[in-house]
Amino acid sequence: MIETRLERLLLQLIAPVIAIAFAAVLAAIILHFTGADAGMVLGEVVAFGTTPASLVAVVNKATTFYLAGIAGAIGFRMLLFNIGIDGQYRLAVFFAAVVGASVSLPPVLHVAFIILIAMVVGAGWAAIAGYLKVTRGVSEVISTIMLNAVATGIIAYLLAPGRLAEQAEGSNNIRTTPIPTSGWFPGFDVQGREIFGFTAVAALMGIGFWILLNRTRFGFELRASGLSLRAAAVSGVDSKRMIFITMLMSGAMAGLVGIPQLLGSSHQYGLDFPAGFGFTGLAIAILGRNHPLGVAFGALLWAWLERSSQILDLLGVSREIVTIMQATIVLSVVVAYEVVRRVNVRRQQKLVGRTAPDPGDLEVGGTE
Amino acid sequence: MKSIAKTFVTSVWNRWWGKVAVGLLLLSVVADVADTPDLLSRGAVSASLRFAVPIVLAGLGGLWAERCGVLNIGLEGMMIIGTWMGAWAGYQWTPWVGVLAAIAGGALFGAFHALMTVTFGVDQAVSGIAINVAALGLGRFLSSIFFEGTPGGGISQSPHVGQIMSISVPGLERLLNPVAQWEIIVLSDLAELLLGMTLGVSLLTVLAAVLVVGSWWVLFRTSFGLRLRASGENPAAADSLGVNPNRMRYAALTVSGGLAGLGGAFLVTVASSIYREGQVAGRGFIGLATVIFGNWMPGRLSLGALLFGFTDALRTRQETTMTALLIVGSLMFAFLAIRAYRTGNRGATFGYTVAAVGLGWWFLGLGVVPSEFVGFAPHLTTLLVLSLAHQKIRPPQGIGVPYRRSEAT
Repeated sequence: MIETRLERLLLQLIAPVIAIAFAAVLAAIILHFTGADAGMVLGEVVAFGTTPASLVAVVNKATTFYLAGIAGAIGFRMLLFNIGIDGQYRLAVFFAAVVGASVSLPPVLHVAFIILIAMVVGAGWAAIAGYLKVTRGVSEVISTIMLNAVATGIIAYLLAPGRLAEQAEGSNNIRTTPIPTSGWFPGFDVQGREIFGFTAVAALMGIGFWILLNRTRFGFELRASGLSLRAAAVSGVDSKRMIFITMLMSGAMAGLVGIPQLLGSSHQYGLDFPAGFGFTGLAIAILGRNHPLGVAFGALLWAWLERSSQILDLLGVSREIVTIMQATIVLSVVVAYEVVRRVNVRRQQKLVGRTAPDPGDLEVGGTE
Repeated sequence: MKSIAKTFVTSVWNRWWGKVAVGLLLLSVVADVADTPDLLSRGAVSASLRFAVPIVLAGLGGLWAERCGVLNIGLEGMMIIGTWMGAWAGYQWTPWVGVLAAIAGGALFGAFHALMTVTFGVDQAVSGIAINVAALGLGRFLSSIFFEGTPGGGISQSPHVGQIMSISVPGLERLLNPVAQWEIIVLSDLAELLLGMTLGVSLLTVLAAVLVVGSWWVLFRTSFGLRLRASGENPAAADSLGVNPNRMRYAALTVSGGLAGLGGAFLVTVASSIYREGQVAGRGFIGLATVIFGNWMPGRLSLGALLFGFTDALRTRQETTMTALLIVGSLMFAFLAIRAYRTGNRGATFGYTVAAVGLGWWFLGLGVVPSEFVGFAPHLTTLLVLSLAHQKIRPPQGIGVPYRRSEAT
């Protein structure tokens, strides 16, 4: 009685479905207690979330989330908690904006150069945590939290008029000089609205991540180390080298998080640049079980929830209920995976018990 | 003669109060040389204390959790819940009710963290992250329901909350004020230090001090503490001796959350008199750092928190005072360089010398530390401490590993 692929897939899908349903029910209960009509609110949210404008915005936002999720997933595969995604991406996109605006290159080359800068800065910032982990045994959870604060300070210092930024005319915003049009990434036109061109690159990154994991020796060693660091080390995997490289890769991917926004619409880094994707990335990676497809699903769900929440304020409901829902989804999905795993183990034990030979037969076999 | 003096110096240095004394001496001399009397004034001392208390409480929360084998990244979120609950109950009834509500709210989330990590086997960091995210959302969401429409309240802040009473040691001011005014190096600074520590001290600060000693006593001098720590070092072994590690983890995490909640209450009822969004500002994470800084011991943890409180307080005071710290840093690196030279570690000697000369040159050449850099001074200190002192650090062995009785090996 070997379980089929279909059964396995179903078991994988049950957990997220339960989690989302649970979060929705919880949100409905909260809404009910605050005196709102849960059914009406849900209807309005779905109606608003499925307008063409919303869908384009969701895809754009999901691109950013996807990159953050993949950055988190790379670390998770190696049992590394890269809490520093936030700092890595802000530092990366800041320097990419500054350097990108200061050089003049032909169109395609310019974009590639900016992307390269972002990846190098992100990887470099993550390398500090990787280096400390490998040589000094410092937990990456703590070091990356600290490095986030340091990154915030560095950007706050450099992003000031007279240093690397300028005061925007007619507003309080302080920003870097805009990147010339040769450094813009053209988008896809969908009924007059624009989807970031970088979405395609993000999808390629996901495919690349899958190939790296499943079709290369490095990926095999990574997965083996992620399952058991000690077992992998015994079979000849240099775990320190693996940890360091994984941290670099995670950082490089984190460096790309701000790029869709920078190359696709902002073209400069300012105080108003979106921030705080670090925990989002980790949450999405958890939701998607560190699989490129799962992460894509998680990113889309996350982006859809954030976009749809914008209607809530108009309905007199605080939109923070979505944040609570997101946290609930992450926790309940993990709990659901664990429960499903335990149920599965028990089911298999039962199956084995049913098909296993009678203990009496075993004894006979033993005497032969 | 020489050897006696050397023995004396090393035996003083080897005790924690010896290091504190040397540190204070250094600060006192630097304050005099750099002409920044504000470095050790009573105002600076009491501000440091005020900034340190929430960090101490968060640190104690981290200590309780980690000693029992659970990493509590959710401290930040539990503090946020503490600030909100403290304000919500504090403005309706009295600040003390707010404090109790804050402890209860934090403890509830601590118990929730236990439910997730112990019962459901959720990764400890994942649960902590989720709690932080949820607390942020909850704070705003609950404010939109309970604070909007109240006088001065809104989605991002609460109405005015009363403050917890402050006390002073009677008679000490009359005794020490003259000494402080003599302006004698070290002695007058010591008087200022004592005055800063005894004048207008909030009752919650006193409570925090009691909790530091109390945590040490419970964790290291009672059988309950021994069982708790055993569950954090080797849960399977503890289980075999009749201790239920998972029950201990529930207890430890409830206490941990309560302490973090109390830290939040301090921010609302002492450090300010209002709940404001973003008020916790990463203090939970700093608290986590002090646990490592303090090598999982309450006393040293509090010293670390005081150090962080000190740098935090300096930021809010005169900018010139910060420059004095450059000398302190330079001297510290010079000391480390000499030590590394004597042990023959050339790479470290070179690194420390560069750092010492660099900071010294910064002080003489520029003389200004941008306020943005002061903001991450505690975080940078944590990184440096972690990377320089790791050989002496010994975390509980069971941190991060969920314990399932049926799967014990």
